[in-house]
Amino acid sequence: MQREGSPVQGMGVVLLKELADHLRSGRMRVLEWLIILTAAAALYGVFQQIRNTTASDPFVFLRLFTAAREPMPSFSALLGFLVPLVAIGLGFDAINGEYSRRTMSRLLSQPIYRDALLMGKFLAGLTTLAVSLLALWLLVVGAGLFLLGVPPSGEEIARSLLFLLLTLAYAGVWLSVAMLCSILFQSAATSALVSLGLWLFFSLLWPMLAGAIAQVIAPPDPLALMLGQPGIETLQWQQALERISPSQLFGEGVLALLVPSTRTLGPVFLSQLQGAVIGSPLPLSQSLAIIWPQMIGLIAAVILLFTLAYMLFQRREVRA
Amino acid sequence: MSTQVIQAQGLTKRYKGRTAVDGVSFTVGQGEVFGLLGPNGAGKTTTILMLLGLTEASSGTVSVLGRDPRRSPLAVKREVGYMPDAVGFYDYLSARENLAYTAKLMEIDAGERNARIDAALARVGLSSEADRRVAGFSRGMRQRLGLAEIVLKGARIAILDEPTSGLDPQAAEDFLGLIDSLRRDGVTVLLSSHMLDHMQRICDRVALFHQGRIALMGTVPELARQVLGGQSAVVVEARGKDIAAVLRGIPGIASVEPQGEQRWRLRAERDVRPDIARALVNANAELLRLDDEPISLDMIYNRFFQSMTQGGRRHAA
Repeated sequence: MQREGSPVQGMGVVLLKELADHLRSGRMRVLEWLIILTAAAALYGVFQQIRNTTASDPFVFLRLFTAAREPMPSFSALLGFLVPLVAIGLGFDAINGEYSRRTMSRLLSQPIYRDALLMGKFLAGLTTLAVSLLALWLLVVGAGLFLLGVPPSGEEIARSLLFLLLTLAYAGVWLSVAMLCSILFQSAATSALVSLGLWLFFSLLWPMLAGAIAQVIAPPDPLALMLGQPGIETLQWQQALERISPSQLFGEGVLALLVPSTRTLGPVFLSQLQGAVIGSPLPLSQSLAIIWPQMIGLIAAVILLFTLAYMLFQRREVRA
Repeated sequence: MSTQVIQAQGLTKRYKGRTAVDGVSFTVGQGEVFGLLGPNGAGKTTTILMLLGLTEASSGTVSVLGRDPRRSPLAVKREVGYMPDAVGFYDYLSARENLAYTAKLMEIDAGERNARIDAALARVGLSSEADRRVAGFSRGMRQRLGLAEIVLKGARIAILDEPTSGLDPQAAEDFLGLIDSLRRDGVTVLLSSHMLDHMQRICDRVALFHQGRIALMGTVPELARQVLGGQSAVVVEARGKDIAAVLRGIPGIASVEPQGEQRWRLRAERDVRPDIARALVNANAELLRLDDEPISLDMIYNRFFQSMTQGGRRHAA
């Protein structure tokens, strides 16, 4: 049956209300401080380390994001770890919260479709993440200007902004996972636990499991065993399996974007290196070409998860 | 009650292996107060949700203000205000902020939004609490805030699900007064409840739900005729000799049951009060009290469900 009226009617209202809720919620403040403090700790070591190489490194600003000094991980690795946490924090009670507050049926009796509610909430979460990431990026670049004393080049700005976009897509994946859980589970605590469990599984356990599973699927051939190296087939399987995890896709994307000399993300054959100047940076367009599949993969995952959440939400009874 | 604003025809809702609402048909006229009665789980809320297009009916048709809520839910929801059972609000927002959010969803112009919110809050007596957080509100205040939302919407139909349950007597009384003021404004009110005395006082007509069906429908006297078999009950208190025999001798009296020393309860097909007075005076008895027992919805309800369970047991045996 064709229904009348626009599905996005009222979406802007929901978006602005949810955005206001996010921005003034105590939860968001805690998460933001967590990121800022860890980022400051990571960057402090990095500044001391790279101040000496300012003159020789053409991409010194990008080194801010990727360099690490023991025991802290690099800034980009930290973001890869903490951004999902923020995204889950914003989404895990999006829908079941409305049920438990008993506001769902009252809200849906207003002249809006469920589409507007779900999309408004999702976009509000994404906007909050975008605002926080942009603020963080400005802080880092500002601190870089101040402490390194050199302005970033145009390409550095472009690369780091693309890195921001990649992080947003990565955050979007976890936001949709959290919202999906908030539809699937009636209790907010269950939803939060399941989302966090998935996040830990995919960012910590899956990389280890992928290697083992690849060994089972494609056992190394005798020649490779003799050389003490994994077979090429095993490696390919391992990489394909690892790429199921969004954090792997994010990691590869970060590598290609922020380390311009990255030429390939898989195993390298000697024939591919013919004529290449090892260690020289690739132009931005070539780096983009390398991570294009990763970028699209992340965005596709967001769309897929959101569609699934949308379908489940449409079928959900209003009284529950 | 010239025009029908709600028409439901053969409304059915089936969940997996369970029929929640089974072929319900009713109409509600403009300006009427219509009550859905019945125990919990009888299908009242599901029926309401189907009227709003919030739940898809398995079969049957609904028309609300001449529109199909499945096809044009937005148009229906613009004119129908709904207050769910145990209505909830955002606890961290004030009463005014809560209403402002829904006012925006209702597309009330920014220019008149504040004035209308103030008017709605004043109507339900929450003006002094407008800027307090809802977290500190009592159940009664939340219910009134829910009603304020319907007032704010300027709804032509107000659908209230269990509006008075869980309220203390004074709050319930206040709330019934507010519903009555809606009726005076010409708003059609559909409410569901199992608070029978409240329903009897405020409803023009009621529908009695039983296991997903409407078992009875009509005004309270009509229901009384159907369930109690058209008999009215009279309570007599008198002093004298053999009064029971005298009472039994009056034509038209179906039964006489003693209720204490000087008190009897009679059932009759017609109004027998003049005959009783005459007979008792003639028998030299002192008539102390002669009272028509008021028909209560309570009585109808209990009698109906008694006969249902007896019928059910007989059926099972």
